[in-house]
Formats: sequence, C-alpha cells, structure tokens
Amino acid sequence: MNNPYLPYPVRIDSVITETEDRNLKTFKFIFLNPEDEEKFKYTAGQFAMLSVAGQGEIPIGIASSPTEKGFIKFTVNKVGRVTTFMHNMKAGDIMGVRGPCGNWYPWDILEGKNLVIIGGGFAFTTLRSSIVYMLNPENRSKYGKIDVVYGARHPGLLLYRDELAAWEARDDINMHITVDGTTDPNWKYNVGFVPAITKQKAPSAENSYAIICGPPVMIKFTLPVLTELGFPPERIISSLEMRMKCGIGICGRCNLGTEYVCKDGPVFTLEKLSKLPNEY
Amino acid sequence: MSEMFIAKGDFPAIIERLMSRYRVYAPVKNGRYYDFAALKEAGAADLGFKNTRVSPKGVLYPQAERMFEYSLAKDDPEVNIVKETPKDFSPQVILGIRPCDAKGFKLDDANFCSDKFKDPWWAQRREATTLIGLACNTPSSTCFCTTVNTGPFDTTGLDAMLVDTGDGYALQVLTEKGKNVLGIVDLKPAPAQVAGKIEELKAGAEKSIPTAFDPAAIAQKETLEIFNAPFWDEIHFGCLNCGTCTFLCPTCWCFDIQDEVQEGTKGDRLRLWDSCMFSLFTFHGSGHNPRSQKVQRVRQRFMHKLKYYQDKYGTGTACVGCGRCVQACPVNIDIRQVGRILGSGCSCPA
Repeated sequence: MNNPYLPYPVRIDSVITETEDRNLKTFKFIFLNPEDEEKFKYTAGQFAMLSVAGQGEIPIGIASSPTEKGFIKFTVNKVGRVTTFMHNMKAGDIMGVRGPCGNWYPWDILEGKNLVIIGGGFAFTTLRSSIVYMLNPENRSKYGKIDVVYGARHPGLLLYRDELAAWEARDDINMHITVDGTTDPNWKYNVGFVPAITKQKAPSAENSYAIICGPPVMIKFTLPVLTELGFPPERIISSLEMRMKCGIGICGRCNLGTEYVCKDGPVFTLEKLSKLPNEY
Repeated sequence: MSEMFIAKGDFPAIIERLMSRYRVYAPVKNGRYYDFAALKEAGAADLGFKNTRVSPKGVLYPQAERMFEYSLAKDDPEVNIVKETPKDFSPQVILGIRPCDAKGFKLDDANFCSDKFKDPWWAQRREATTLIGLACNTPSSTCFCTTVNTGPFDTTGLDAMLVDTGDGYALQVLTEKGKNVLGIVDLKPAPAQVAGKIEELKAGAEKSIPTAFDPAAIAQKETLEIFNAPFWDEIHFGCLNCGTCTFLCPTCWCFDIQDEVQEGTKGDRLRLWDSCMFSLFTFHGSGHNPRSQKVQRVRQRFMHKLKYYQDKYGTGTACVGCGRCVQACPVNIDIRQVGRILGSGCSCPA
C-alpha cells in the first residue's frame, strides 16, 4: 500500500543564504531515486513536508517552479527545531521530502487574465514559483499583464535578489519592488509599505486576479486597497500558513471549519475565507 | 442471516476456538473499569460491562505507534533515510464491542481513508479486524446513541452481533467477514423463542434512552452564526482543557508526529494521540496561535463533532452518543446540553 507519510529521500545540492539577517536559506534538493521526481509532480502554489530524521517534519511552500527540472527548492525561515537544524545542514546531507501537498493557484481559471502578485517578507516563495512558471516561454502567452508588488523591511531582506533584478529588466512583467526603509543612497526602487505602493501603482482590476501572500498586517491593509481598485473577493487569492503534521487532511489540527488548510488549501479566495471561521 | 445461539456455559470454549486462529480483543475488568485488551486466556473476557472506559479505537489506532525508523550513524550508507517500521496486520477480532463504538469506526473511516489519501495503518488494521459486537440491553443514563443515528442494537458497524438473552447469547452473523471468522466455531441454531426475546430487549433498551438534541437542527444553522454566538463563553467557562474527552472518545482521531532518537544513532518517527484541547496543538513556529484561547479550543471540539463533520460528509454527527465524555468530564460539561444549545441557537434553559 502506498504510504503517504513516507518521505522521498533527497540530497541537499546547495544551501544559499538569502538574507542579510541569515534567517532565510534556500535549499536545493535532488531526489536520490530519480523516479521519485516524477512522483513528486507539483503545481505552483503547493507545499511539501520537509523531513529531517531525528528532528521532525515541517510544511514549507515549494519555491521552485514545475518548469525547472532536475531539482526542487525551498526557502526556509529559521524559527523552530527542524528549521534551526536545517540551517546547520550542508550540501551532500540526506533528508526527506513528502508531497506535494495541498491545492495550488488556480492556473486554469487564471488563463487569459491579468495577474497582480503582491508579496511581503519571506512569503514570496510560492510567488517566485508562480512567476518563474508564468515567465516560462511555453506559458507566458497564456497570461495577460503581470504586475508584481514585492516588499521587505529593507533591501537586505529581499529574497531572490538576482532574479528580481533580471525580472526588472524584462518588458513582459512589471516589477514594483519596495522596502519599508533604507539608508542605501543608490537604492533604485520604491520606498514605502506594500499597501501604499499597491495604491500608488494602481494595477487595473479589469480582467485581473490578485494573489496576495505576506504577513497578516500587510494583508489587512492591502485588501482595502484592492477592493478600492475594484477587485471583488472571488478574484483575490491568498495562501495560508498553519501548524501541520500529516499534510494530508488526517491529523486534525489545521482546519478552518470543514476545510483543512493542508488538503483543501492552502490557497483560498477571499470569498471562500469569508464563509469560514477565521481561526488562522 | 439466521440467528445462532451460544449457551453461556459454552462461551469460553468458543472464545478459545477464536483465539486459536485470531488475536482476540475483549473487555477485561481492570480495577473499577473495563478496557479492551488482547486476551491471553479466554476466561479474562468479561461481557458483564456497560461500556469500556476508553473506546476501542486504540486497537486500530494505538495511542503511540512507530511509523518509521532510521539510522543516524554517520558511517551507515543509509544514514538519515526514513524507512517503514515492520508491523503485524494479522487477522484479529474485537469481541464485545458496543454498536456505538463500531459505528464510531465507520465515522473514523471517512477521516483516515478519503478518495485521495489512505492512512495505511488504519486501513490495514481495519481490514484485518472483525467486529463481533454486543448489543446493549441496559444503556447507561449518559447514553444518547439514538439521538445521533445509531442505537443499542444498531448493526451497521458490525460483522456479527451478540445479544445476551440471559442464559446465553443469540448471535446474528451480518457480513461475509463475520461469516468467515465464525465459520470456525460450532454454532447451534437459536431456539424459536429467541427472536421475540431480542425484539423485546431491543425495544426496552431503545425506550430507555431519551432524545438528547436534534442534529438536523444544528446542520441547518449557518456555521458562522453558531461559531460567533455568545453562548461559547458559557459553555467553555468550566473547562480545564484536560483533554480527557478527546482521549476517551471513539471519534477523536487527532494525532501528533514526533521524532524520538535512541542512543544518538537510531531513531523512530512516532504517531501519538493528540488533542485539540491543548494550546500547542495549533501553535505556529512563529509564535502565532490561531486557537490560543480556551474558548476557541472548546468551540473547535464541539463544532467539529456536531457541525463541521455533518457539513463535510453529510452522514450525521461525529458523535455516536457513547456518553464517555459526559461521564468522565471533571467539570460536568455535557455534550448533550451543548447539542441543545447549538440546535436552538441560544443557551436558554432547554
């Protein structure tokens, strides 16, 4: 019988420190058994359970895109036991990955639509997956205009800085990078909180969907801006975080009413969330 | 299928016959209480019980279970690779399980085995287990099974059912599984008057259980209306968050997964019963906790049993009316009263 709790063994291929505070590292994994990569077929927006023998398991959004083959990537914030242990692991070490888990951004519905992607802090991982996926030459024509508002507290806390610069240089994606503040006199991008920058850039709601991921305070103040721009709740999509153990809707802890964030989410429209108990 | 009959004097020999082929769990007296235990001798089985203190869910879903094992030894070529722990899924029988607890397994099935994911340990033990139930002739004052779509003689979750007729047990074989298991024992057909006796016992038992609340009324309420209702302040007030209710409940299946390391070089991944009554249950690594308040945790438990499960599966509540939580709660929180409040939408005297 297929065991959904059994992780696929992976080798850490590289560990990159993403941020100046060294709290975020990106782990690139290669499956020890190449056939497991095919079994781990995922879609942008999903997450996986990362497994470290002797430490435990944690749910982490998949930062690589399904269009990137031969590896998977996760950006991990150092907060608890497993993540702290992982931050001291190195290339060559063996660990496990289980999944993919949960639903994904509704790519079928999003075809032919404009996308406004809004991210804050380290909640940019599945958004990175999504952007890389959409910018892939095979996919780019399926989507309309892409606007990205991405903010961090200061420039040293932005993830994937080389890629952000590369996207800035492209003409098929409108990047609006911002920081809460900076002392860097050469800072070329925006300064201001994500809600304010979203309001200032005012991406059109016409034929558009918004995907928003970030800290609760950012989401709280950005939603009214989106509403003002004309985005109805069914076209605002978010992804939730929860404490999880099984990742497959069985262990009982991550529910919002009838819905398990691990299995029925983590991606919900604002309309759906408004009908569920707000225990997140 | 036709009824068979086992005289009480013949019963130990029948259990012994079953034990020769199967691992047999039965109620065993343990101090003041009864609990299901794997029988070492047929005589230990004691069917003179009302119900066991803990539900028999632990037979299919142990309180602590090894999921996987691994080596942490640096020189081991398979270091850090998580592997399945070998397990025994040989055929077994739960003898004397009450109809409510057997129905509870069916409700648990919906959680452990969805179309998308099958819990392999639950599924394999469930498949290997035959349920020979015992009807309830004299339900407890805390029983309310008939309120929640089961009953003292409900056969829906059982493979066979015994009815104590005084001098012996009438036996109804209900499924192929039950037929196969009981095929190894010599059974006599029931005397003609037994059928009437069963009807009489059934009617008496059902009559003794009052209707506690109306699950359909709860199903019809808007989730957010009852979720946000002020009565939770009153319901949760005395709760200690001790978790006894979740521990005893036949349909509380929540678990934790933890790693445990021995001697630094080998370890196990364990699955352990957990409880929505505990604040760590939902505590994020970041420090955020969506159910940090006791009132939220108490609400979660009752909403899950009486509302969310009904809405999710459309097969009634995730409660079988066994009454264990009512009996064991140290502060007398009573799910029947909570059911009345949810159904009526207020905490006015029911």
